[in-house]
Amino acid sequence: MAGTRMKLELSHVVQGRSRLGVLKGLGKTGQHSLEVPGCLLYTHFGSVPHLTQDTLHYLNKLPSVTQVTLSNIAEHQDVLEEFKRGFRKFAGLHDTVLYCSLHDPAAACPTGYTTNKTVSVWGSGGRLELTVAKFMALQKTVQPDFYQSMADGETWQTNASRKRVRKSVDRTLAHLDECLLVQQKSQQPQAVAQPGKTPKIDCMAANQMFLCTMQAPPAQSTDRAPQELDGVEMFGVVEGGDILEERIRSARETAKRPVAGFCLDGLQTGSMDQALRTQMITAVAKELPEEKPRLLQGVGRPDEVLACVEAGVDLFESFFPFQVTERGCALCFRFDISPDPERAGRAPPTVLGPNEEEHAAGETQQNGDLDCDDQTQMTCFEMNLKDKRFQDDFRPLMEGCGCYCCKNHQRAYLHHLLVTNELLAGVLLMIHNTSHYQSFFGALREALANDKLDLLKKRVLGDGGRPTERRE
Amino acid sequence: ASPLSLKIIAECPVTKARACDLALPHSTVSTPVFMPVGTQGTLKGITVDQLESLGCQICLGNTYHLGMRPGPDLIEKANGLHGFMNWKRNLLTDSGGFQMVSLVELSKVTEEGVQFKSPYDGKEILLTPERSIDIQNSLGSDIMMQLDDVVSSTVKGPRVEEAMHRSIRWLDRCIKANKNPNKQNLFAIIQGGLDAELRKACLDEMTKRDVPGFAIGGLSGGEEKDDFWRMVTLSTDHLPREKPRYLMGVGYAVDLVVCVALGCDMFDCVFPTRTARFGSALVPWGSLQVKQKQYAKDFQPIDPDCQCPTCKNHSRAFLHALFKSDTAAMHHITIHNISYQLTLMRSVRQSIVEGRFPEFIRTFMKRMFPSREQYPGWAVEALASVNVVLE
Ligand SMILES: [Zn+2]
Ligand SMILES: [Zn+2]
Repeated sequence: MAGTRMKLELSHVVQGRSRLGVLKGLGKTGQHSLEVPGCLLYTHFGSVPHLTQDTLHYLNKLPSVTQVTLSNIAEHQDVLEEFKRGFRKFAGLHDTVLYCSLHDPAAACPTGYTTNKTVSVWGSGGRLELTVAKFMALQKTVQPDFYQSMADGETWQTNASRKRVRKSVDRTLAHLDECLLVQQKSQQPQAVAQPGKTPKIDCMAANQMFLCTMQAPPAQSTDRAPQELDGVEMFGVVEGGDILEERIRSARETAKRPVAGFCLDGLQTGSMDQALRTQMITAVAKELPEEKPRLLQGVGRPDEVLACVEAGVDLFESFFPFQVTERGCALCFRFDISPDPERAGRAPPTVLGPNEEEHAAGETQQNGDLDCDDQTQMTCFEMNLKDKRFQDDFRPLMEGCGCYCCKNHQRAYLHHLLVTNELLAGVLLMIHNTSHYQSFFGALREALANDKLDLLKKRVLGDGGRPTERRE
Repeated sequence: ASPLSLKIIAECPVTKARACDLALPHSTVSTPVFMPVGTQGTLKGITVDQLESLGCQICLGNTYHLGMRPGPDLIEKANGLHGFMNWKRNLLTDSGGFQMVSLVELSKVTEEGVQFKSPYDGKEILLTPERSIDIQNSLGSDIMMQLDDVVSSTVKGPRVEEAMHRSIRWLDRCIKANKNPNKQNLFAIIQGGLDAELRKACLDEMTKRDVPGFAIGGLSGGEEKDDFWRMVTLSTDHLPREKPRYLMGVGYAVDLVVCVALGCDMFDCVFPTRTARFGSALVPWGSLQVKQKQYAKDFQPIDPDCQCPTCKNHSRAFLHALFKSDTAAMHHITIHNISYQLTLMRSVRQSIVEGRFPEFIRTFMKRMFPSREQYPGWAVEALASVNVVLE
């Protein structure tokens, strides 16, 4: 490949693992960057759930990278093909870097549908089977800045045997090689057009839906090929389930390929406990090059984020605030470690008595109890605004939060919107939760910069001791 | 003096239309005006900032719903409905009676008030004129509506007459019950069904009272459009020139334009926001069903001439697809539809101010209907009654 433009510049590495830095060279002209540890902007079909461009921009700090998923997009391929100018323009997105992943991290994905040649995604119209050809044709119509390579990532749900895990690693590497081949060809259009140099795999024909046939591309595809994937970068996917050797093999092999970064798959919340996850990530991280980013899929809970950053993860998907919103909850965990409360964006509570706050925190922690198995269950990092005690609570969701919701509305109003099933509840909660989650990542970076990660962990997890602390 | 003043800016020399500045406690409203309905203290997923930036100066809250949940005491504690929903501009609340009669099956009307069973806990509740005003005083709306005895506009006979007389008696009780006459305006509601005599009698009685404004009630409930417009024009003929006239429950574009010509100033309707939920976008040529397959590859905005955030950012094709992925799709259409209604009324006002309202009507009708033959007969007749002949 013409060398990846994307580059992770690390400014600080704690204990050889936790990484602080800036991911540079993002976007078509490389003008965008993203601080790490950081998270992407979670969307449904390019639209942050519940929000329009207006309400989205109430958030003053948006992640520079927006995530879209093929599970939303695949069924609209013909539309995007006709549109021709890529998904970003199609969806009327703001000036953002676009990342395209395979699955929606917040939606359950049924297993048992992958084959040697295909993976399946579930959209509103049901299952769609993707070959590498179709997968790459989709990427060409989406025109993201970077995307996740096609992967067989379903081992985590099936209590998989070693044989099945090995197969998933093999398949994923094979998919990666095929994807890279298509990508390289689309970046060197002359080579495709040259006579006598028949490409092995045709993935140019966008309309060719299901099988990646071994034949020369139809003539008309060459004139469309040139810009389609030019400058688009790929993230290789590390699989390997919960088997250490397979994880290491997957990481090592993927790292040999010209990828811009890595997706760590099969480590989702619900698939394994954090101790095992940490072990897997730590082993994988050793095999991956320093200067390339590592994106962890399917993990979003603050305690898990902290543990995974300590194990060497750089990027997360931000589906967690969405899940919290969907259950009518507001994130309320504290992460202020700055001695200057104004800098931390968290002035000490003025209205609230200390006892009240403890009482509230106690209640939510009881509810949460870190249940790993059910992603729909409330965690200890949020409060349930449907709860009757908020009925006449005229405080903002969180004292000191500067988000649009907290600046303009009160808990009692949110409670009312939720019990009356009003759509504005989702809008306001999504604004607060996204803002809160972004600020958490800001605090996380600040903590890394000042060697205060332990203090942040105490703040976020409470002194009661949480899985990550017990281990140490 | 009531906390309201109406300044007539322009009157159409041909029709009965007028453009006014209606000064209310929270801001001045330019009329003719369409008032979006925010039933439960919120407008269908739209933030108050969005509503403000669309140019909305007044919206509605429903006394029945808000009185049930979260209840008047809580809203009073939150500094009224303005404070509760953080809306800085004007609010109008209805009396709660209409919802009771239309939503609650077990309601019974007596001289005392409307009696019904709470849908939440089954308790018997009596909504009297005094109670309605009491709740509306707690809500703190800029305009309150009297409790009226609502009869379906298709009902005929003595019940209509009874309801008309009772509404007058209830008006007097409401006026007496208003604790905030210096902060909140109470509007009377003209009843009388589709009977011109009864309407006239109601108008005569009610206009004797010193209320700051009048609503035309008991219409837009399934009656013939021929009856509808005649009752509207009869009402405006007898309402005082210097007070605002509010036609309740009217919101279709054609109805709005015709009824402005008949002399109405204010309108409300759930239709534009309700229909948005199903993907129906209002456009100058009628409506556009975004979810229909024909728009899947249509890359134009809903209305290329519309200046709303939805039309500036998004295509029909994107919205069509988004409907399959997220509720934000509805928000986009809701924004567009509110913008459509408000923009329509602004254009109507502009044309009245510039003395070209009859021309505006003709252009509007031409755009709305593919041919002259499709103009609704009642609209043609109604417009002819105010000297606008459609060619
Ligand atoms: Zn907030
Ligand atoms: Zn529009």
